[in-house]
Amino acid sequence: MNVVERAFGLVKEAGRKAFVPYIMAGDGGLESLTDRLILLEKFGATAIEVGVPFSDPVADGPTIQRAGIRALKGGTTLKGIIAELEKAREAVSVPIILMTYLNPIYAYGIKSFVKDIQRAGVGGCIIPDLPLEEESIIAPKLEEAEVELIRLVTPTTPIERIEQIASKGSGFLYAVTVKGITGARNGFDEELFSFLQKTKEVSSIPVLAGFGISSPEQISHLTQYCDGVVVGSKIIELFNNNDLKEMKELMSALNHSSKMA
Amino acid sequence: MNTYTLPDQTGHFGIFGGRFVPETLMKAVTQLEQAYLEAKNDPVFQSKFKRLLEEYVGRATPLYYAENLTKYAGGAQIYLKREDLNHTGAHKINNAIGQALLATKMGKRKIVAETGAGQHGVATATVCALLNLECIVFMGEEDIKRQALNVFRMELLGAKVVSVTSGSATLKDAVNEALRYWVANVDDTHYLLGSVMGPHPFPMMVRDFQSVIGSETKQQFLARNGRLPEAVVACIGGGSNAMGMFYPFIEDNEVKLFGVEAAGQGVETAFHAASLTKGSPGVLHGSLMYLLQNEDGQIQEAHSISAGLDYPGVGPEHSYLKESGRAAYRSVTDEDALEAFQLLSKVEGIIPALESAHAIAFALKLAAEMGPDKNIVVCLSGRGDKDVDAVKARLEGGNR
Repeated sequence: MNVVERAFGLVKEAGRKAFVPYIMAGDGGLESLTDRLILLEKFGATAIEVGVPFSDPVADGPTIQRAGIRALKGGTTLKGIIAELEKAREAVSVPIILMTYLNPIYAYGIKSFVKDIQRAGVGGCIIPDLPLEEESIIAPKLEEAEVELIRLVTPTTPIERIEQIASKGSGFLYAVTVKGITGARNGFDEELFSFLQKTKEVSSIPVLAGFGISSPEQISHLTQYCDGVVVGSKIIELFNNNDLKEMKELMSALNHSSKMA
Repeated sequence: MNTYTLPDQTGHFGIFGGRFVPETLMKAVTQLEQAYLEAKNDPVFQSKFKRLLEEYVGRATPLYYAENLTKYAGGAQIYLKREDLNHTGAHKINNAIGQALLATKMGKRKIVAETGAGQHGVATATVCALLNLECIVFMGEEDIKRQALNVFRMELLGAKVVSVTSGSATLKDAVNEALRYWVANVDDTHYLLGSVMGPHPFPMMVRDFQSVIGSETKQQFLARNGRLPEAVVACIGGGSNAMGMFYPFIEDNEVKLFGVEAAGQGVETAFHAASLTKGSPGVLHGSLMYLLQNEDGQIQEAHSISAGLDYPGVGPEHSYLKESGRAAYRSVTDEDALEAFQLLSKVEGIIPALESAHAIAFALKLAAEMGPDKNIVVCLSGRGDKDVDAVKARLEGGNR
């Protein structure tokens, strides 16, 4: 069983919801990556999404764009990130999921990339500009290496397609909460809840909501309809402001809410 | 003669092309593909398109025998396909009309577009005024400064121009913002992409809308000379005028196809836009294509005196034609393009766009290597009015 699958299995068994924070590798210096991973694990992360900075992140809003620019200015490379993750392996036991646009992987070489992340103990991969139609470029190699390809579904995805994507699914299904890019938002529309419910119904793997989630209230509300959340821009902001207290509160809000549920 | 049927059903030209977009956009690109395939075989749509090209754009554009330029080059006969005579001054309007008609057919009344120098933005704003569509154009902050007049033109036409400050604040970043806008407004908005790039079906669709250039050229040249030219030449940024020119000739193997990239300050420097000459395959803006990128797969900035060629990628079909060898790709420096800009103005009384001046500069060299019994057609993709200020500043500034 893959590490991601196992981690989500444990959360489910305990009757809890998953919390997956996203951080941008190299934001705050690549040398701080391991410390941040350790901290997030301590705060109760189910798994941690590690973003790879890219010059042209079309799915991301201003917060993650800026974090990526900071990381690139600091000289962060995919090679450096993988090396750092390999070193972090001893200190961090929650699964690491690499989130990267396709081009850095393509330039790295798809075969070497898969081999190297497997060796570094990476449990999964999210590639936001790789839809089902194009995934054969890397999916078979990831499967062979037992690295989960985490697929996305969105409110514009027709139900038959959600079913199709869910049936391929490994790890968890990443349900994008908004028609739009990443970044904190004040509210969600009603359609979202029916989308999450529909997705839950057709998916045999856990469904996590992500994009635009930033407050404990949103998290409690959303997790009534799915198995957990991914929080990105907010976590980046909190690291950037060094506000660890709020980060801890945000991440424990979930366990609190799920105990109530 | 080989039958050329690309792209395949999944939008690939060999390994190039495809649909590398966020899942949120998959529904929209699939819907667009269906709508386009229907429109392609719909006589009503096609006759509307043809009528607007004739009555509004002023097609067919002339194929002009450039006798003075031919004499100057001292070799093959040179013909110019006069896309500069189109309404709005460039070939961009052909595609803008096609896509705007398609948007109305799909019931989408809002248009978003990107622009570099502003030519595609002006063409889009023009068509939106004509068809009463809401229009938002994303333009890099740097380009807005360099092309203030085009910004005013677009606003005059009723478009909203949004300044893009992210990244390098140029065309590539304008495409990023237009894509982000599209992701967030996909239900009622069509992305009117200006070149043969982006996710399938854009490269195929834009090529088809632009192929009126090559079809007319072929007919006009045949009618005049009873045969086909030995070579056609076109400049390449994203590659839409070149693809429109090449496509109708693609099965005529006796016709050599030459694409001319911007070599900026020289392809041996870091300041050029020669994606095919110096780049490598990668994925950007929805498509696998040749890109200017570093070894970590980060996209690099392109540099050219011509804002329309200032893009770090090139359409997937050109990437394929390079690898298959059907088309050949060369590059021309800022300096040579400037010289051709002035030369064509002086000897033919035609001020070309700086983009098109790259094609002229290469055609002069090519013509000199060929005998007078041979023929070259150059796609004069746009007129140079928009560039006279920049050229004046450059020539007077002594920055040569």
